[in-house]
Amino acid sequence: MLNNSFRFTPHITLEFKIEEKDFFIASESASRIKKTLQQLGIKQDIIKRTAIIIYEAAMNVAIHAIHGALKVYVDPEVISVVTEDVGPGIENVELAMKEGYSTAPQEIREMGFGAGMGLPNIKQCSDELVIDTKIGEGTTLKAKIYLNKNHE
Amino acid sequence: MLLKDVALALDAEILCCEELLDREVKTCFACDMVSEMLLHVQSNTLLITSLTNAHVLHAALVMDALAVVFVGGKRPDNTVIKNAEHSGLPLMTTKKHIFECCGLLYKEGLRGYEH
Ligand SMILES: Nc1ncnc2c1ncn2[C@@H]1O[C@H](COP(=O)(O)OP(=O)(O)OP(=O)(O)O)[C@@H](O)[C@H]1O
Ligand SMILES: [Mg+2]
Repeated sequence: MLNNSFRFTPHITLEFKIEEKDFFIASESASRIKKTLQQLGIKQDIIKRTAIIIYEAAMNVAIHAIHGALKVYVDPEVISVVTEDVGPGIENVELAMKEGYSTAPQEIREMGFGAGMGLPNIKQCSDELVIDTKIGEGTTLKAKIYLNKNHE
Repeated sequence: MLLKDVALALDAEILCCEELLDREVKTCFACDMVSEMLLHVQSNTLLITSLTNAHVLHAALVMDALAVVFVGGKRPDNTVIKNAEHSGLPLMTTKKHIFECCGLLYKEGLRGYEH
């Protein structure tokens, strides 16, 4: 099945720098990319999932790492969301993926973060997820959302 | 249920976008965690929360929430209200606490979103 809105999707790359404790870049980049995807006529459900992944992944860099970058690639088949950071790394990725696991400090929790739901949300919203992490160096997260695949 | 009926049921004060209260609420979600808002707030969802910071506003906007009710007499600062006004997101505040708000709206027939 050929979907018109995807046939014309150009290749797009969007990049955002994430500075230490920049808690607003996550929502800003999520809403900027949401607008871009809406202009491309991409399906609402895919836009929502992409926005959630961007918001959560960028927020994790701002909260848990020192600094980093967010890159979003859009092509006719797939949207890729990549965050790379310089930071402490994740000691136990399996544990970090568990709902409710969080090392966020109290002041972060008071802001409404630190539910330990970010990585599970990313997992749930993406078709593919890879996390590469080195203790004391940093973390790279890559999530893919396919444009013409059913997501359960 | 329309937003203006929600305001009435909760005895809420409208903080902005009074002209948009004819919008129909389809589902309701109550929480104080941004990650949960992202996952459970859909278009046409009414968000009930006691958090009033700019992150809540941004999460509500990214997820196209229908409106936000702040409970327990909490009110966001003017920057948040202006921003919501500009973006067409109705905000209201009520002295009632979260349990009572949810109970009252449930009684009126509102339900959560079933995934
Ligand atoms: N980029 C990162 N660098 C270092 N540690 C991370 C990173 N991302 C996640 N973590 C670790 O994994 C844990 C779980 O992350 P997750 O996003 O699920 O929850 P959270 O960020 O603590 O809370 P929430 O996302 O609900 O606000 C974090 O508390 C942190 O310990
Ligand atoms: Mg997180």
